[in-house]
Amino acid sequence: MISQGKQKIWSDYQKEIPDDHWYYVRSCIRQNFFPASEKMFTEITKKVLHKDLYETPHHTTCGGIAYHCDTIPQETAMTIVARQFALMTEAGYENYVPSCITSFGNYAEILETWHEFPELEAKIREDLWKACRREFNKPKYLAHSSDLIFHWRNEIAAKAKHHLVNKETGEPLKIVEHIGCHYAKMFPHKGVGGAEYPYVLAGMIDSWGGQVIDYPERRHCCGYGFRQYHVKANRSYSISNTWKKFESMEPYHPDAIITNCPGCPYFLDRWQYVIAEQTGKTYGENGFGIPVLTYEELAGLVLGYNPWDLGLQLHQVAVEPLLDKIGIEYDPKAKYVGLNQEDLLRPELPSSLKCF
Amino acid sequence: MNDTEKKINLFDELSKDYRFREGFHTCINCGTCTAVCPAAEFYKYDPRQIVNIVQTRDNEQIENLLKSDTIWYCGECMSCVTRCPRTNGPGLVIMALRDLSARLGYFTESEKGRQLLPLTHIMTNNILNYGYCVHPKTFKWEEHKESGPVWKWHTEHLEKSLERQGANYMGDGPGVLRKIPQESLDELKAIFDVTGGTERIKDVENYSAEKAKELGISLEEYEKQAFEFCSDKHFNH
Repeated sequence: MISQGKQKIWSDYQKEIPDDHWYYVRSCIRQNFFPASEKMFTEITKKVLHKDLYETPHHTTCGGIAYHCDTIPQETAMTIVARQFALMTEAGYENYVPSCITSFGNYAEILETWHEFPELEAKIREDLWKACRREFNKPKYLAHSSDLIFHWRNEIAAKAKHHLVNKETGEPLKIVEHIGCHYAKMFPHKGVGGAEYPYVLAGMIDSWGGQVIDYPERRHCCGYGFRQYHVKANRSYSISNTWKKFESMEPYHPDAIITNCPGCPYFLDRWQYVIAEQTGKTYGENGFGIPVLTYEELAGLVLGYNPWDLGLQLHQVAVEPLLDKIGIEYDPKAKYVGLNQEDLLRPELPSSLKCF
Repeated sequence: MNDTEKKINLFDELSKDYRFREGFHTCINCGTCTAVCPAAEFYKYDPRQIVNIVQTRDNEQIENLLKSDTIWYCGECMSCVTRCPRTNGPGLVIMALRDLSARLGYFTESEKGRQLLPLTHIMTNNILNYGYCVHPKTFKWEEHKESGPVWKWHTEHLEKSLERQGANYMGDGPGVLRKIPQESLDELKAIFDVTGGTERIKDVENYSAEKAKELGISLEEYEKQAFEFCSDKHFNH
């Protein structure tokens, strides 16, 4: 009975994800900090799995960060999104996939608000026509790009060159997952597993051989807080929340962290560096930090891509300990070179956090 | 009746905001939102109390809230939305309060509220000039030393590093960090003009200029202070 009850509850948290034909919009933060992750998403989708993914250069920010920094009115944010939907409509698509959790939450909020208040949707349609002479259909399906990797996780596993297993011990690697607040906290039915049992990243870890680590502050915010990071005077809010998560996960000795959100990998990576420099404390083994990866980076490693093609050199926390555990070969001399092996020198080394 | 009540009923103004209508029902003061709130742990901040004040419909108390640091402590993570047993969204109420504070110019009365000027400039300049909320041309290592020596290295070799990552930095066509075509930037500007985005920028600038004058400092100094200064009165510990 308990098992049947759980299955019924779980069925309520499933999400329909079409297998093909997606209209792709990019993330402001991820393009800046993890540019190769989006490159990897298009690579996996188009070249590895042979799916149809369309992008137009005319799409822009969704305005979500500015909206949550309270710098643009709701009507402005909605009309920017309406223009994005118009571009999708003009391209002949109805499945919409943003590469950003803030965007995903923004789109979900707007679609729900329009559903509740149709007069507002009508007003936004008028605004869009006045400003851009465009019209739009709403997406039939809205998914985050991690939803698609989750949907294809077993196809990726079938093509895997590596698994999330310690090559020395044969044990599954211990992986912390962080799904990001705006994925399912506002609209639980929009996320795989909802807010209570989010499975979008945990499903990837399970399929690729790792072990999901639970810890007390698993669902705590990474500490972005929008204005709490973008204003210099507020950044102690951001690092304090990240510190709380690391103190909570430390006893479980995770081998890596996988993230969903655009900002989360940046904060979980960079604040480890700052905590180490300020206090001398490191959370990984032997003076290293805990490597923090995007889901595309992890998928790329599983599929056997060169770590430096995945952009892992742009992380402040060294990823080499994780690569060594999995048994992934890499060329240390190629980490910081440009195209055609051009010498780009090397970053300075932090004083406390061990890096290469 | 005080001056504010003669001029405007603040609860009625809040009620026009769709976020307020979605996020404000009946609060039973259970404090679940405060228990789960990252900001409440860090700042002297209590979302339960904010919703309770709004619930009183007392114009003076709401005005004080709009002029306070308190409404600017929230990180808009929306953890409260998931947990409220009465389907309130304190985070949505905060967004409505902030919007009203910006419209009425009350944000200039608090240290955290005054941060709206540099934030508005950072975000809206990025959107209108580049089509992104964050862009390499404005996200400088010098202002973000927490981004580490790897980011310093990356920005010193920006074009070649991005090229290595497979980006299409400032290039034509699709791809990572592509140049957004001018006609698309023109559409964003038109959207700002039609929907109140441009007016909001001007309002924030004008209210801030008035406050800078009142404080006897230049607007540049006001903006720098707002971005960098943090007094120790905000923290829980």
